[in-house]
Amino acid sequence: MISDSEKALARKKRIHAIIMIILILVFLAFIFPFILVVINVFKEKVDIVKDPLSLIGVKKGFTLENFPNAMSKMGFWKAFTNSLIVTVSSTVLTIMFSSMTAFVIVRNKWKACGLLFGAMIASMVIPFQVLMVPLVSLYGGIFGVLNHRVTLILMHVGFSLSMATFMFHGAIHTNIPLELEEAAFIDGCTRWQTWWKVVFPLLKPTIATVAIIDAMAFWNDYLLPSLVLQKKELYTIPIATQAFYGTFSSDLGLIMAALLLAMLPILILYILLQRYIVEGVTSGAVKG
Amino acid sequence: MDRNKMSYKVSQFLTFAGVSTILFCGVVVLPFIYGLYLTFTSWDGVSLEKPFVGLENYTAAFADSTFWAALGRTVIYSVIAVILINIVAFLLAYMVTSGVKGQNFFRAGFFIPNLIGGIVLGYVWQFVFSRAFPAIGLPRLLGTTEAGAMFALIMVSVWQYAGYMMLIYVAGFMSVSKSLMEAAQIDGCTPSQSTWYVTVPLMRASFVQCLFLSITRCFMVYDVNLSLTKGEPAGKSVMAAMHVYNQAFTYKNYGTGQAQALILFIVCAIVGVTQVYVGKRGEVAA
Repeated sequence: MISDSEKALARKKRIHAIIMIILILVFLAFIFPFILVVINVFKEKVDIVKDPLSLIGVKKGFTLENFPNAMSKMGFWKAFTNSLIVTVSSTVLTIMFSSMTAFVIVRNKWKACGLLFGAMIASMVIPFQVLMVPLVSLYGGIFGVLNHRVTLILMHVGFSLSMATFMFHGAIHTNIPLELEEAAFIDGCTRWQTWWKVVFPLLKPTIATVAIIDAMAFWNDYLLPSLVLQKKELYTIPIATQAFYGTFSSDLGLIMAALLLAMLPILILYILLQRYIVEGVTSGAVKG
Repeated sequence: MDRNKMSYKVSQFLTFAGVSTILFCGVVVLPFIYGLYLTFTSWDGVSLEKPFVGLENYTAAFADSTFWAALGRTVIYSVIAVILINIVAFLLAYMVTSGVKGQNFFRAGFFIPNLIGGIVLGYVWQFVFSRAFPAIGLPRLLGTTEAGAMFALIMVSVWQYAGYMMLIYVAGFMSVSKSLMEAAQIDGCTPSQSTWYVTVPLMRASFVQCLFLSITRCFMVYDVNLSLTKGEPAGKSVMAAMHVYNQAFTYKNYGTGQAQALILFIVCAIVGVTQVYVGKRGEVAA
């Protein structure tokens, strides 16, 4: 009996060792492209062309020039600020409006609620490509409101409302007991106070999930911002990267620096909030 | 306060859902309907006049052989990419829930590609394909052959999405209670048998969700397509979404582009509805 369980233990250990080796190899394959960028960002163009895999440039050696050059030519801080403004405001507004909408939909069996929720669910299968031409035609041609950050922010919110409302709908439906709201009503709360002071604070886990998923989507979105923002001073990081690549594609050192700059903010954030992000996405999966 | 009064209902609805309704209608419902109208006009993108042309755009859309080529290419790409993404993601999820040391570190690590936008990822990989791989003697994949560009796109997509789908499968693995596995193993199952016959069938929801996400994302691929291959060589790696974009914004055939976008929508809707239907029908209650 003992030898049997020992055998099982040895087998388990062996399997774990094999899994570990596979995981390390896959992990290296996953971060290899990033490492390559980091290595080459400190080299000059001739050295990158000569040997993209060497750690230090053979001919000209180590350089830090690429960073400041790329930063000024790309307008990095401007793009970073733009991305930050757009991402933060879109995320906050999406969370506010979608949680409020979900609240009124869950708690009332009115026709308007059913209609709105049904339309939102149905709209989730519409790909963005179907809406982009009429969107440009309506808001560019007829209303003439493109090239404003507010337009992009409101469009981001409009597109992400459906999914967010759906997630808040599930959370309110399953996690917020009706008795709580009745108690608040007896204590003299209006519906607004009930929502803001009782229900909204209880939705924290869902708020975190929605914030993480949507903020990542807004920060990285390229197609919609590129259609709405066509002035250089409004460019977000993905558009600035695309424009930069178009102009400087032959200067590899600069390109490496620009790509690293584009990735750094979110990677730094990920190192700090890694646990919450992984948990948020995982629990989003369970609810979705 | 009478809660059944119409005025109460209206004010409540407007307070909580008014802004949402306006925004949702403004960017989704209205453009969708307006888009339908646009397919019957020959709008040039600039003038305020939109001459009515009947079904001309649809005949042009159907007669456009490059569109069908792009659509066919997208289907092939999506099928291969979706299968590989899900196999890789499932195996990774299995390994990072097996109890090895540092599994949280690996989960976080495999998710990294998802943090970065498609445009930047595409350019990073373009560098890898066109500089690093040739430096170690591998053939140039981009800008030479159609198959090469397709291979590159699939590889980047698997790398990009496997970590995300892995997290969903991890959630699935963790939702199946350990006691079921133990019971199966007492009944004589080996660990791999209990995974295959007990855990996997109970993870149906995860599979449905991963398939849905990966299919829609692959089918509508645009950012990576734009930055990694740009449709090269000679437009042989243009996917459906990029074709619609080019048709509308590059060649200024807005009506035709919109008609082709609607064809994409119908394909998406059919896939979506089938998925929900198939997913619901075979659901196993735990």
